[in-house]
Amino acid sequence: MAVSKPGAGVMTTAGAPVPAEATGPISPQGAPAAAPITARRSEFLYFAFRNWKFVVGLAVVLFLFALAIFGPMLTPHEPLEFGGPTDQAPSSDYWFGTTSFGQDVFSQFVHGLRATFLVGLVGGGIAWLIGATVGFTAGYRSGWLDDVLNMITNVVLVIPTLAILIIVAAYVNVHSYATEAILVGLTSWPWAARAVRAQTFTLKTREFVDIARISGRRTRQIITTEIAPNMSSYLLMMFILLFGGAILIGASLDFLGLGPSESMSLGLMMNNAFLSSALLLGSWWWFIPPGVGIIGIVGGLYVMNVGLDEIFNPRLRDM
Amino acid sequence: MLELDTCCKSYRTGAFGSGELLAVRDVSFAVTPGEVVSLIGESGSGKSTIGKMILRLMPTSRGSITFDGMDISTLTGRKLKEYYADVQGVFQDPFSSYNPIFKASHVFAMLRNEYFAGLSSSEWNAKLERSLEAVSLNPGDVLNKYPHQLSGGQLQRMLIARALLLQIRLLVADEIISMLDASTRIDVLNLLGDLKARGLGILFITHDLSLGNYISERTMILRRGRIVEMGATEKVFGNPLHPYTKMLIASVPHLHKKWDQIEREVGASDVLEHVLREERTDEPGDGNGVARLEQAELDHFVALGSD
Amino acid sequence: MSLRVDDLAVYYQSLRGDVKAVDGATFQISDGEIMGLAGESGCGKSTLGKSLIRFDARMRHVAGSVELDGRKLPISDDSKMNAFRFKEVSIIPQYALSALNPTRRIGTMATELLRSRNIEPDTVLPEFKRRLKLVGLDQDVLDRFPIELSGGMKQRVVMVLSSLLDPSLLIADEVTSALDVSTQRAVSELLVEFRDRGFVKSMIVITHDLSVLYQIADTILIMYAGKLAEKAPAETVVTSPRHPYTQLLLSSLPEVGVRYAEKRLSGIPGRPPPLIDPPTGCRFKTRCPLAFAKCDEEPPFASLEPGHLAACWKAEKAEAA
Repeated sequence: MAVSKPGAGVMTTAGAPVPAEATGPISPQGAPAAAPITARRSEFLYFAFRNWKFVVGLAVVLFLFALAIFGPMLTPHEPLEFGGPTDQAPSSDYWFGTTSFGQDVFSQFVHGLRATFLVGLVGGGIAWLIGATVGFTAGYRSGWLDDVLNMITNVVLVIPTLAILIIVAAYVNVHSYATEAILVGLTSWPWAARAVRAQTFTLKTREFVDIARISGRRTRQIITTEIAPNMSSYLLMMFILLFGGAILIGASLDFLGLGPSESMSLGLMMNNAFLSSALLLGSWWWFIPPGVGIIGIVGGLYVMNVGLDEIFNPRLRDM
Repeated sequence: MLELDTCCKSYRTGAFGSGELLAVRDVSFAVTPGEVVSLIGESGSGKSTIGKMILRLMPTSRGSITFDGMDISTLTGRKLKEYYADVQGVFQDPFSSYNPIFKASHVFAMLRNEYFAGLSSSEWNAKLERSLEAVSLNPGDVLNKYPHQLSGGQLQRMLIARALLLQIRLLVADEIISMLDASTRIDVLNLLGDLKARGLGILFITHDLSLGNYISERTMILRRGRIVEMGATEKVFGNPLHPYTKMLIASVPHLHKKWDQIEREVGASDVLEHVLREERTDEPGDGNGVARLEQAELDHFVALGSD
Repeated sequence: MSLRVDDLAVYYQSLRGDVKAVDGATFQISDGEIMGLAGESGCGKSTLGKSLIRFDARMRHVAGSVELDGRKLPISDDSKMNAFRFKEVSIIPQYALSALNPTRRIGTMATELLRSRNIEPDTVLPEFKRRLKLVGLDQDVLDRFPIELSGGMKQRVVMVLSSLLDPSLLIADEVTSALDVSTQRAVSELLVEFRDRGFVKSMIVITHDLSVLYQIADTILIMYAGKLAEKAPAETVVTSPRHPYTQLLLSSLPEVGVRYAEKRLSGIPGRPPPLIDPPTGCRFKTRCPLAFAKCDEEPPFASLEPGHLAACWKAEKAEAA
């Protein structure tokens, strides 16, 4: 079950690393048999907190998230408030220094984190929903519906996302980060749909789906109760990747000045810094924090994902 | 009760779907209550496809399948659910038939939601216990466990118990024995015998001739989607007429006779030759026309044409 | 060739403890002998077969020894076993059919395999083609992909490859289980032919199907729950078995000709014991109709007559089956 996305790797349901004595016609014990839910959760936690990639990644993301939530309460300044000394290095008054316009960089940073997380969650969430729905439907239904959805997926996949977003954003005049998030979400779902479709194909041929069908279950119910839970670890990892990807695309748009201008985001900070020649002026405190912020969130998410892959797939563990 | 009439299943092949692969050709037979009918074939014979068509898991390309005279290919919604209350199936791999994330009782719960929603908990539990006991399972042993904690034999029996909850009249048993251990196979097979005695009709799909011979009243030999021989079991096994049937019987390993002896008794040709020949050709030797089964004797039909 | 296995114990590690898959196996195979290794799933037969060639890196050789032609096989050492694999001891692994790389043509796969064993493919290619012809495969099989071949064809390709260097011992692990009945017979008879032509000296055929073993094996070794239950010439095992497990197993097999209406067969109630913490004493005692007090003490795999061994206290008395 390989996926065409870096870092996603091969998925199986977690099982203890003991081979079943497979000597019947085909293994009567059933190769990778999944353990019961409760045992799987505790097995998950056991392995999770021994995996440094997962722990470190999660810690970084959670720290920045906490900063996004509580940060704005820590600073007395507003992000867009003028009035401070311009181009000042970090001091006790202004922890991250000030911009060329006299704004508090720290305040901009923590508000920017909020916007960034918002774009990531909403954009990633929308992409996840569309990708999963299209993928499950195409994979389960087959036939002409599969062909149509496939065509749509391929078209959206092939369109250069950033170029389209640039054009759309230039005309639509994005006012809020929610709008930006929606735009990002609408364009980044295709790879997720394809991956879900492939997995669904495999699961559909399992006999428990046939049993559900001859029990009179309807398609939608079969997908949500039989198929999706079998892919739960995969769906989680897919969401994390979409989350990170949405942040990057959103930051790119902001950096190009196509995002909302009424509030602050990390990408917008970098844009402003660049336009004000912060690099030439040596105001490192203006562009390094937002850069580190983006790298921190996205990098943390991706590292966490690699860790999750190792946790879910016993074959990747270094045991 | 169940009747198939010149059923065919075709698949599109080739670059633009221009070719056609006939997995099932002109298959006609009937199953009546209280009998076990064996459908014997090797891999690629189309036997599982027939089972799936009967269970409406796959559409029929041509021909008709009727149950009590009603064409099942047009059933949808409520009518389909009613059909499933009469006809159920059990499949080959017990560990694939259960969703691994749920307890084994999930298969019963699904049925309860769809068919027995009105029953109270105690009524349902009583019904469930009766069903499990009818297949010689102790409810306490199996209900609260996950599939991987149970054995293949227990899982298959639970699936039979599940089918019985619905007062079905026809059971499609698709290779239900082949993944079980030798010591449990016979118990599940005897269970089918008990069910048959109580009036259930069973379509027993298998590749194992000795099992078919043990349990069924009538036997059909399927080769590349076509029935080549069918009739009363003792006639088909005792007096095989089609060369393919003879070859199959001569290939079954016995416990007290060597292969050469059986080959001579049955009058089959060299098995290895046959296998090699089958590998080299794609079409069955008896051409593309409609296969006609001619009656050789009472309750014994053979397809004409060379092998 | 001669194979001597002495008190071999092979375990698997797991989170919950050691799975005692093979727990004390002692037997011998002589030159030219085809020994069938039979038992139900979980009995350890596959592990035993694989341990002779150290095919699975997860198994731990805990005790005992294996001697091939008087030389001790380094079955605990993966790299040392490399010298023996494919040349002296070879295996047709259990899922060989699905283990063929779908992106490689058969010929390419064969040359890669040979090179990885430091054998120049050109030196053995003529013999390879000759043997393919012998098993009824055309030369053009080398240019095909696995998906173009049927199960029987793939199995025969793997058979020829595994025995290409004329190993002393060939281990065939469930080679007929996934095949149709006609192909099963063809492949089984080919195994015997390989021995008859000298491509392999001796063979261990692992399967759960006793009737196939009756057809092709010289002797049959029955395993149960990690222990050896009975070993005897094939004819003896089938007509006069002495171990209760063998007897019950044989009586539960529906032979062609036996019908439900005439004679109702019965299986063996219960399940084999878990291998992580197996019970002491005879492992079959909970399901055995002949069990008595002494069964709490493990019976030795003892010789009842020359060539006939069984591990059962009751079998030691001169009782007919």
